[in-house]
Amino acid sequence: MSDPQVPPPASAAAAAGEPRPIRFVHRGRTVELDPRTPATRSVLDWLRDDCGLTGTKEGCNEGDCGACTVVLGDVAADGTLALQPVNACIQFVPTLDGRALFTVEDVGTPAALHPVQQAMVACHGSQCGFCTPGIVMSLWATYERHRAAGTRPTRQQLADDLSGNLCRCTGYRPILDAGEQMFSIAPAAGFDPQPVLAALRAMAGDGAAAHPGFHAPRTEDELAALLEAQPGARILAGSTDIGLWVNKQFRALPDLVFVGAVASLKRIETRDDGTLVIGAGASLESAWSALAARHPALRDVYLRFASRPVREAGTMGGNVANGSPIGDSAPVLMALDATLVLRRGDRVRRVPLDGFYTGYMQNQLEPGEFLAAIEIPPAPPATAMRAYKISKRFDCDISAVCAGLALTWADDGETIAAARLAFGGMAATVARARGAEAALVGQRWTEAALRTAQAALASDFAPMTDLRASAGYRLQVTQNLLERLWLETRPGQPLPESAVSVFARPGALPEEAPR
Amino acid sequence: MNRPTDLPQDAMAGAAAAAAPRVVGRSRPHESAALHVAGAAPYTDDMPELAGTLHAALGLSPLAHGRLLGVDVARLRALPGVVDVLLAADIPGENECGSIVKDDPILADGTLRWRGQPVFAVVARTREAARRAAALAKDVIRAEPLPPLLTPEAAHAAGQYVVPPMHLVRGEARAAIESAPHRLTLDFALGGQEQFYLEGQISYALPQEGGGMKVLCSTQHPSEMQHLVAHALGRPSHAVQVECRRMGGGFGGKESQSALFACVAAVAAARLARPVKLRVDRDDDFLITGRRHDFVYSVEVGHDDEGRILGAEVTMVSRAGHSADLSGPVMTRALCHFDNAYWLPDVAMHGFCAKTNTQSNTAFRGFGGPQGAFAIETVVDSIARRLGRDPLAVRRLNFYGLQDRNVTPYGQPVEDNILEPLVGELAARAHYEARRAEIAAFNATSPVLKKGLALTPVKFGISFNVVHLNQAGALVQVYVDGSVLVNHGGTEMGQGLNTKVAQVVAEELGVPFEAVRCTATDTAKVPNTSATAASTGSDLNGKAAQDAARTVRQRLAAFAAQRYGGEGFDPDAVRFEGGVVTVGAERIAFAELVNQAYLARVQLWSDGFYATPGLAWDRQTMQGRPFFYFAYGAAVSEVLVDTLTGEHKVLAVDALHDVGSSLNPALDIGQVEGAFIQGMGWLTMEELVWHPQTGLLLTHAPSTYKIPTANDLPPHFDVRLFDRPNPKDSIHRSKAVGEPPLLLPFSVFFAIRDAVSAVGGHRVDPPLAAPATPEAILRAVQAVKAATAATAAAP
Repeated sequence: MSDPQVPPPASAAAAAGEPRPIRFVHRGRTVELDPRTPATRSVLDWLRDDCGLTGTKEGCNEGDCGACTVVLGDVAADGTLALQPVNACIQFVPTLDGRALFTVEDVGTPAALHPVQQAMVACHGSQCGFCTPGIVMSLWATYERHRAAGTRPTRQQLADDLSGNLCRCTGYRPILDAGEQMFSIAPAAGFDPQPVLAALRAMAGDGAAAHPGFHAPRTEDELAALLEAQPGARILAGSTDIGLWVNKQFRALPDLVFVGAVASLKRIETRDDGTLVIGAGASLESAWSALAARHPALRDVYLRFASRPVREAGTMGGNVANGSPIGDSAPVLMALDATLVLRRGDRVRRVPLDGFYTGYMQNQLEPGEFLAAIEIPPAPPATAMRAYKISKRFDCDISAVCAGLALTWADDGETIAAARLAFGGMAATVARARGAEAALVGQRWTEAALRTAQAALASDFAPMTDLRASAGYRLQVTQNLLERLWLETRPGQPLPESAVSVFARPGALPEEAPR
Repeated sequence: MNRPTDLPQDAMAGAAAAAAPRVVGRSRPHESAALHVAGAAPYTDDMPELAGTLHAALGLSPLAHGRLLGVDVARLRALPGVVDVLLAADIPGENECGSIVKDDPILADGTLRWRGQPVFAVVARTREAARRAAALAKDVIRAEPLPPLLTPEAAHAAGQYVVPPMHLVRGEARAAIESAPHRLTLDFALGGQEQFYLEGQISYALPQEGGGMKVLCSTQHPSEMQHLVAHALGRPSHAVQVECRRMGGGFGGKESQSALFACVAAVAAARLARPVKLRVDRDDDFLITGRRHDFVYSVEVGHDDEGRILGAEVTMVSRAGHSADLSGPVMTRALCHFDNAYWLPDVAMHGFCAKTNTQSNTAFRGFGGPQGAFAIETVVDSIARRLGRDPLAVRRLNFYGLQDRNVTPYGQPVEDNILEPLVGELAARAHYEARRAEIAAFNATSPVLKKGLALTPVKFGISFNVVHLNQAGALVQVYVDGSVLVNHGGTEMGQGLNTKVAQVVAEELGVPFEAVRCTATDTAKVPNTSATAASTGSDLNGKAAQDAARTVRQRLAAFAAQRYGGEGFDPDAVRFEGGVVTVGAERIAFAELVNQAYLARVQLWSDGFYATPGLAWDRQTMQGRPFFYFAYGAAVSEVLVDTLTGEHKVLAVDALHDVGSSLNPALDIGQVEGAFIQGMGWLTMEELVWHPQTGLLLTHAPSTYKIPTANDLPPHFDVRLFDRPNPKDSIHRSKAVGEPPLLLPFSVFFAIRDAVSAVGGHRVDPPLAAPATPEAILRAVQAVKAATAATAAAP
């Protein structure tokens, strides 16, 4: 990989506060985006059609197959280069501003293959070869991340990192083999992140860029002002949904206000009172990682939320604000009693997530208002928290049902003091099962209480039949998931995860005593 | 000019050794592997576009069935970037792209046959402009709805078929069933499957001089594309050239169904005298093209106390879709694989290809074979459960015999039966019996999760079921520097055909693998080729290329014998190994000999041809000898099922598969493993859902249609090759490998069935539908629980 050229010092025009074009690091150089490029041009089309770089492939044009996987580079908080695999087909080029873009052409050539590529050849990891560049990019991100950290991924971690890459030929065994072997191959010349970091740092001081139809404020104040002035503008975060509006529905979009350049929105922190604050711009990957660190039982839903590239691009704020009834964040956050921080202009208000949704894809956000953060209070003592996801495929599949379940016991250690049972896929919005909750509160956690609560679920929800599941299955499995919760958390002879889930991983969870 | 010194030094040194290593039979990477991993292997959409290239997109029918009244072409033409709009009437030749039966219009003409049928093509300056215009289809198409037939059951009830029903009968099935000690009736269904080639359908048509047309097309069947494009243009075949260097996967989906796109691109290019590319979006690809047929079965069998099948009658109804396409041959293969590994003394099979208002189903790896064999495997599994016997014991009891009980229902004797030794070796390696006991112990103490185990065998007939298709041609050209170029009629879709053919040619000429290169498949080089299908790619094209290379070698041998061997030296004694030609005591570098032969005016290139010997098939009686040989295999799978949610995980797979003497073990293992996971996806998670009223395919993208990911790979996945040469004179005694292993994951499905049946103590047959989604499994669990409770409650 050649050294990126450090961009020229800020021009007189920039110094004078005039708009500057979108800039990013690509092919070892800092490039400026042609202002005639449509704001919604995908990184994939830009690469293939505008740059003639055809190594990156289009398989589905909706972020579900991974043939277009590229890697984005940012300066991490610790000053290192953070690499994130993302789907180029649903990323808009202007969102690359201030970042580095790596494609398969950057990794190695047929005559000088990178260890990732050599391992793929040696393990027979390609057959038709069409998904291969995307797989190489996912593995490259894994390789460089572990090389920098001096660690090695397990086979399981490799499979998780490849959750967004479909291969129809190999059955994946040789690809996972390649992921293990790539660390054993001596690189001809290691990837040196320093020139890229230098180029990124040189751009970091730039003010906001201007691109027709595209705004990328750098601060929350700028964002608030912009949205107040243009309430009809569309907030753009990870574009994992909006990308499809463009690619598949040809929707005409208003001006885009990109929140990805607002650093403060990406913060994830724990306040002194134990509240976990997830900035609305934090990636799904970092947000779920923080949640799963606090509640290990969330790991399954974390790792099954979309795919790694979608989690790297998408934001938890976007998932919550978008408000799809089948988004997996809301049921979990609702069970955790999360509060949303909403801002419009200078006004900041806090709204409980429970009640935020007013109808199918409808919520309490006012025109010009945006979601700034998600606040998750510490769980009360003697609380059991579980999240269960049901889908046809383990990885990257939209839930038929997703459950966030929290039970809190009273001081006597036997009576259920509070129950928060939230479900996605059961109604027009993610919603709590009020009847089932009421059936449990004040009761001891017995099989009789379970059966009453299960029966109440049938009154709480009237789910629909669609391509993912029938109404009957949805209700049945919801009732059965409550039974799984009981089996895992009942006072007498609770069962470990490995006895109630086929996906339990060895050493997954510390046994959690409810009392 | 070449010199002997151009040879790698170790080539001469290696020649001194007793025997140079063979090129065939060794694992080596796919010939394009280094290009694949670097993103440097061009697919059709990666070819540089010629200046002036236009882009086409298809406007799709908004109705599953209807009368087409018109299209508001003026509105489309007025849209930005739109250059032209094509309707059926604008096709200069025949509006037809059917493979066998001529019932497949390129663009709709009068009748709308399925939701997603191309009605018009927009040609625009950019792909986006074309797609945006085509997306207005429902606004610009005027049509009257007609009632659709949306399921095979409905079409069967209405007697609507795309080809006449088929019957394959031996003996007196009814009498045998009725006189049997036990009778069993089963009705069940099996879902279809989308190919999901990662590279979607694409054609790029380039007008040539004098009304000619060149089409770069992602296709398994360049010759058929050539002929259909010629028909659509109203031109002779010699005016059309179709080329395919590689596909990003095919799996059967680009055998016949690449035609519509090739024809539209070519017609538009001819009309506008500009290059036209048609690359369909993934969703449109799903909505336009067909896939593996879903089947509905009704089976009745009679068996003895031990589980021996005495008589069987089966009715299979497939969802053919709106046209015949390859549904007839698919059903033929299904009927010819209902026996799978088992002797069926008296049997009657009836196949119906139901005509529905859905996509026209087509080839997909296995081509009906899996659907046929799935039915008998379900039967055998159920017989075992009803008798309380281990299913493997009942399977072995029914295996074809070696001396008797060894003739298939279609009259072909099974002469190469290796079922017992293969299954025996696998069962021992996988500790089948010990694990059966361990699983019973686990299930006894696990209230929620249940384990299941199954071993299933495969016997798969190799050859096209249509005799004349079993032919192939090749060209081998040796250049004066000793490098070799091969062209053959097969296509490369990832299976490694070009690698194997290059190995065969290198072996024949005694040169290193690196000296041989395969070029793009090109109808201008080898004409009238068969599709790369039916697993026959390397069997047919390997033999044809070997024939061509052998001709060149024999010419070189004659020349070398004469020049170096002296009077009367036998040309057959000239050896070609490791890039060196040995004539008695003389050793000459291959390139040097080639150069000398050129100067002596010896022809250094040749064609080659192969026709599979001994095949016969009577379509009317469905009797004959349709297959050159059989390929065998078996797999053991262990699964864990959640009886509360219906989720499952495949814990362990051991497979043993017969590829004869492997041409390239690494590639063959890759085919077996890939087929296994693909077939596992079909049977467990890949679910096609059509809207019950509108007929819209709701699962039309990877967001809704789920194929396996890396986490679905079983933690234990041990796939090995059964190393035994093909008794038939196939290419280097190898066996075809593309399709047969797709049946190995039956073991996963029947292991799930086993786990579900554990809920009721293995006394009740689980009514498990395929694909075994969580919902299907939970439904079966509940049915078993209910039936078990009912039995317990009975006096």
